Amino acid sequence: MDLMDKLTILTDAAKYDAACTSSGIDRTGKPGRLGSAAACGICHTFTADGRCVSLLKVLQSNVCAYDCRYCVNRRSNQIRRAAFSPRELADLTIQFYRRNYIEGLFLSSAVSGTPDNACEQMLETLNILRREYGFGGYIHAKAIPGADDRLLQRLGLLADRVSVNIELPSQQSLRLLAPDKTRESILGPMKRMAEGIAENKTDLVRYRSAPKFAPAGQSTQMIIGATPDTDYQILNLTAGLYKKYQLKRVFFSAYLPVVEDSRLPALDTAPPLLREHRLYQADWLLRFYGFDASELLDENQPNFNPLLDPKCCWALRHMDQFPVEINQAPYEILLRIPGVGVRSARRIATARRAGSLGFGDLKKLGVVLKRAKYFITCRGKRTPGAALEPDLVLEALLSRQARDRWAENECRQLSLFDPPERLTREEARQCVVGQI
Amino acid sequence: MRRWANIVYLYDGSFYGFLCCVFQAFAQKEDPQMILSQDEAQSLLFETRLIETQPEQAERVRNAVPVKIGSEALELLQCAFLSDLPEKELLLLAFLRQGFAQGPAVMKGIAKEPLRSLWQAAQRAKHEAHLFTGFVRFSDCNGALTAVIHPKNQVLPLLADHFCQRFNAETFMIYDKTHQMALTHRPGQAQIIPLEEAELPGPGQEERQIRALWRQFYQTLSIQNRENPQARRSHMPQRYWGDMTEFQSEPSAPLFLPPSR
Repeated sequence: MDLMDKLTILTDAAKYDAACTSSGIDRTGKPGRLGSAAACGICHTFTADGRCVSLLKVLQSNVCAYDCRYCVNRRSNQIRRAAFSPRELADLTIQFYRRNYIEGLFLSSAVSGTPDNACEQMLETLNILRREYGFGGYIHAKAIPGADDRLLQRLGLLADRVSVNIELPSQQSLRLLAPDKTRESILGPMKRMAEGIAENKTDLVRYRSAPKFAPAGQSTQMIIGATPDTDYQILNLTAGLYKKYQLKRVFFSAYLPVVEDSRLPALDTAPPLLREHRLYQADWLLRFYGFDASELLDENQPNFNPLLDPKCCWALRHMDQFPVEINQAPYEILLRIPGVGVRSARRIATARRAGSLGFGDLKKLGVVLKRAKYFITCRGKRTPGAALEPDLVLEALLSRQARDRWAENECRQLSLFDPPERLTREEARQCVVGQI
Repeated sequence: MRRWANIVYLYDGSFYGFLCCVFQAFAQKEDPQMILSQDEAQSLLFETRLIETQPEQAERVRNAVPVKIGSEALELLQCAFLSDLPEKELLLLAFLRQGFAQGPAVMKGIAKEPLRSLWQAAQRAKHEAHLFTGFVRFSDCNGALTAVIHPKNQVLPLLADHFCQRFNAETFMIYDKTHQMALTHRPGQAQIIPLEEAELPGPGQEERQIRALWRQFYQTLSIQNRENPQARRSHMPQRYWGDMTEFQSEPSAPLFLPPSR
């Protein structure tokens, strides 16, 4: 089998992994050596599905001993199998890197033979890259669940970021679809990685030359929409992972039916891309906007509204906290206004020191007035016509597209009836309360 | 008293040249109608004055900026100067007049002119430079790496640090065809030089194989059920595609790939 075939098979097998970021660590190039890393991350290209490509994302091997239901590489699936030799993969990485195609390597592997075996092959590749070629680019390595702790330890010392995929949001789902994996076999390595990183941080304070252990932290990924878990469960789990294991990122991956199985959604199910998008929006609110999972969703309202983003939903349910005076509100409150992001909030905080701001100024600073105008005052005044009635605000906030989409869905389900012209007020209210 | 002079300054187009124009404007207590680089200048109605680039004058201005206005202002000055903003020289002069009069406080008024335009232009230049840290594509010609780009802003000075330390052991050149400038690097030495035309040799056998592998990787990675051309275009505008390997097709020579080792 030639290199082209191997690359095709092993890329195809790895493409469902969502994480392709190269962020979290700044490393300047060392004289005479190839490679550096930038903390902001660098995207080298974007695929036709709009996802960033920054790393050479491949499997070391797609020969798998496990039989996870949702996975293309499971043992019982009839597909072509291949494996890179460590030297081959290291050479390919270097050739791509020199031409500035990539930021580094994202290496994962199916469980070929035993977990230890798979992990050793990966280690060999990373060893050649780091030790032999002195490669200083970014390396993201996937920890193989069930591999020996010492191997994981070595993996952490060679890679910048390690990740263990949590795969499915609950134990029941895991038992149903991935019978070879357990909660413990996933959370165990995650916990040990977190401990390793924390320990390494204190070591680095004491000895500057201590070897760095996964300096860009760890991340994880879970599949959305393969099982009936709610957004509330998923978001709580996410918040828990950030708190408990200090993860850098939690990735969500809309389930794409690749396998016919009675326990899974049918093959013609469209991937729940909008749901994935809402979860990412909420994830950002958790990480950068100071929101708590329980503020965004609760037991009674366990799923995100497909028509409106989580921040707008939250604001509409808390109209008593608005309007906010732009020239006086503290930064934390500015962040909670729909239409104001982290950057524009910072700019407001800077610009208002040089003089009070009006609506025109806000627009120049990058605030999305279309959304923000219902929730703010400037110098004590509101924009004319921006009433604070939740119903009216909601109607105004829904994009025409959202209204159309809603109408279209309705039309498909009840084809006997004429599609409604537009959302009535009562229906609009329901969609904020989450009954759609 | 400053006067609004019916005069146009001509300079050599360099950053130091521009700083000398600033020096002149302050020294003569006048506001020129325009500040143009020599190659932009056409027959003009106004009287022109050629401003000579004198490093001592330029450095006096350059050193005063961080002291009087702040180091942020110097960064803004450099990035906005590299941007594609029309009449950036006059706006920068106006900004420096404000800055030297008011001190660091001027940097807070990012909603006011001329700072807003300059600041946005600087952001654009920096953003484009950041995109190019990823979008530059090198080809290997006998061990040396070459790349061609068509940026809107003059990004080479902003890219130099990144590429020089990442590929510090390599010999490489990035050619900015829009502005006809080239960043050349040899281990231990880097420079940006004007270059009118760059004749690059065609790809060799190995280079073609690596390119084919990259294209294959790029195409395989996309998930068909998630196709979203609009997202791709907004992250990576089409004007960059022409110089990127994954969108180029090879002149039809048969590809020979050796069996894997």
